[in-house]
Amino acid sequence: MEKQWEDMSSDEKQEALFQRWLTPKDSQGKDLKFQSPQAEKAYKERITIIKDAIQMKKLPDRVPVFLCPSFFPVYYAGITPQESMYDYDKCCMAFKKFVLDFEPDGNLGAYVPGSGRALEILDYKLYFWPGHGVSPNASYQANEGEYMKANEYDALIDDPTNFFSNTYLPRVFGTLEGFKMLPTLTGILEMYGVAVNFIPFGLPPVQASYKAFFEAGAEALKWMGAMGAWNDEIAAAGFPIIATGYSKAPFDVIGDTLRGTRGIMLDMYRQPDKLLEALDRLTPLMIKMGVNTAQMVGHPLIFMPLHKGADGFLSDAQFKKFYWPTFRKVMMGLIAEGVVPMPAAEGRWTTRLEVVQDLPKGKTLWMIDQSDIAKAKKTLGKVACMYGNVPSDLLAVGTTQQVKDYVKNLINTCAKGGGFIVSNGAFFDQAKAENVKAIVDTTKEYGVYK
Amino acid sequence: MAQDLVNTLADLKEQEALKIVKDRLSAGEDPLKILGDARKGMEIVGKRFASSEYFIPDLVYSGEILKEVTELVKPKLAKTTENKKLGKIVFGTVAGDIHDIGKDIVVFMLDVNGFEVHDLGVDVPVQKFVDKIKETGAPVVGLSGFLTLAFDSMKETVEAIKAAGLRDKVKVMIGGGQMSDEIKNYTGADAYGKDAMAGVSLAKKWIGAS
Repeated sequence: MEKQWEDMSSDEKQEALFQRWLTPKDSQGKDLKFQSPQAEKAYKERITIIKDAIQMKKLPDRVPVFLCPSFFPVYYAGITPQESMYDYDKCCMAFKKFVLDFEPDGNLGAYVPGSGRALEILDYKLYFWPGHGVSPNASYQANEGEYMKANEYDALIDDPTNFFSNTYLPRVFGTLEGFKMLPTLTGILEMYGVAVNFIPFGLPPVQASYKAFFEAGAEALKWMGAMGAWNDEIAAAGFPIIATGYSKAPFDVIGDTLRGTRGIMLDMYRQPDKLLEALDRLTPLMIKMGVNTAQMVGHPLIFMPLHKGADGFLSDAQFKKFYWPTFRKVMMGLIAEGVVPMPAAEGRWTTRLEVVQDLPKGKTLWMIDQSDIAKAKKTLGKVACMYGNVPSDLLAVGTTQQVKDYVKNLINTCAKGGGFIVSNGAFFDQAKAENVKAIVDTTKEYGVYK
Repeated sequence: MAQDLVNTLADLKEQEALKIVKDRLSAGEDPLKILGDARKGMEIVGKRFASSEYFIPDLVYSGEILKEVTELVKPKLAKTTENKKLGKIVFGTVAGDIHDIGKDIVVFMLDVNGFEVHDLGVDVPVQKFVDKIKETGAPVVGLSGFLTLAFDSMKETVEAIKAAGLRDKVKVMIGGGQMSDEIKNYTGADAYGKDAMAGVSLAKKWIGAS
């Protein structure tokens, strides 16, 4: 009999999630039908070299290669970011063309653009998106603000879900204004609590907000239908998607979209204990978020975009006190459930490398951008597989020969002994197609372990 | 007591600094002198940032304390007098890009180093840069950008400055996210600054104030 999930070690759980990724289901829950035996073979070989690189137990047959663009596939296919957010077929077409033309071992799916229509229904204020605050030809960008006030830490700590539904969501979504009037659902305890606590749901502003909520839900489902079909088609053609869910470092949860950069920086001086308490409070929620998605999708990799931990954003002491402890706890919580956290260290993290190498070996996958890559290999690279480092400027304005030389040099510096995947270092919009292609071709040609 | 304000502000002791300001104001001291001391404190903050003793949160916090000091002093000011400035600089995040953290740091450092910075904000259309250069006669322009789409916006901005006949009157520096010397060449700017201190050095070199 198969071992129950709860009886498995974290190693066995990781192995089980890799097995589910290797034997994929389609979006209807049936065994995925590959386009051809060759496509099935290619799919499994790709995942196997990625798995070997991550686990660092045996040398992969070849250095794997990822491509992690932002809106590049959209421009490359000749459509605008606006079209990609409103016409899901066009979006799928663009990302399909991207994967089939460039043939990376790992791709990020067609998720980048998302649903513009859903954002419109909700009147999302946290972002500008094409045609809403930025031009139809630009990518979406976050609109930082103090969406959580300095004096609201207790509310967040007491009941994060209630803080989100009744305070945060009405601030970032214009049409969810009515949620401010929602009751606290834990008040629905017995006979007396029922009628009283249901009154708010009868109020016109609350009902109007729910109407928008449902409409956005229907639109999101439509979008997910397109994404699911895309995932099936691309996997069936032999190309694995490397991340299907995400989680975050708790410091970034508060610093990115709740208090904002300025807010959280002031909190470190003015109310450090509240901030630390809130970071602890969010930690299990961030673990659950990653574990639940990994379980639902049957995929070991969970993406973690990192922001405020980069060089310069915090002093070494601040990084060790505020950023790293709960970030590490989230990763350890994910690892315990077999998940491979995939933190993206965009920008420079050179001064953090010695701190973040305090992790179990073969359990994480790090995107490295402009950090000193040789130093990264000697520190973090001892315990974790890394991908990235091919710079955006080179892809946009460099020559193909420069890209080839860069990739060869990168392989010479980092690929020895395994634990390395070639990739671009930051999510990019602009690039010369031939330079993107050169990343993949050079890796496949030069990145062979002899 | 003057030195106390300079040091408490430089050491980011918010409550102490504000108390000193209040005490000095109620003792009837010249508000301009208080502001002058606050400014000296900020210069020390800038120096500590330049020597990696301070980081971005320290800049943000010092800026916040300075704002509070200014608010206390302002009602007592008869008229504002401008400090002597080293030179003018037009600064902004280029069209299509709304990122401001990096830009704000460079503007802060230029300001505490004595430059008169005209900060145009984010997502700045090319014409706005051109108009501001004409209006101020600034000899230095700083273009900030985080996204790769800023490569082309920077190029277009430099071209517009050229088309307006201003290219030989200004020096242009670029910086931010994915910028580099290669991008500097691509955009036609004069220099790439890796960080805020590099931006200050370039401005000093170009304005002849080093």
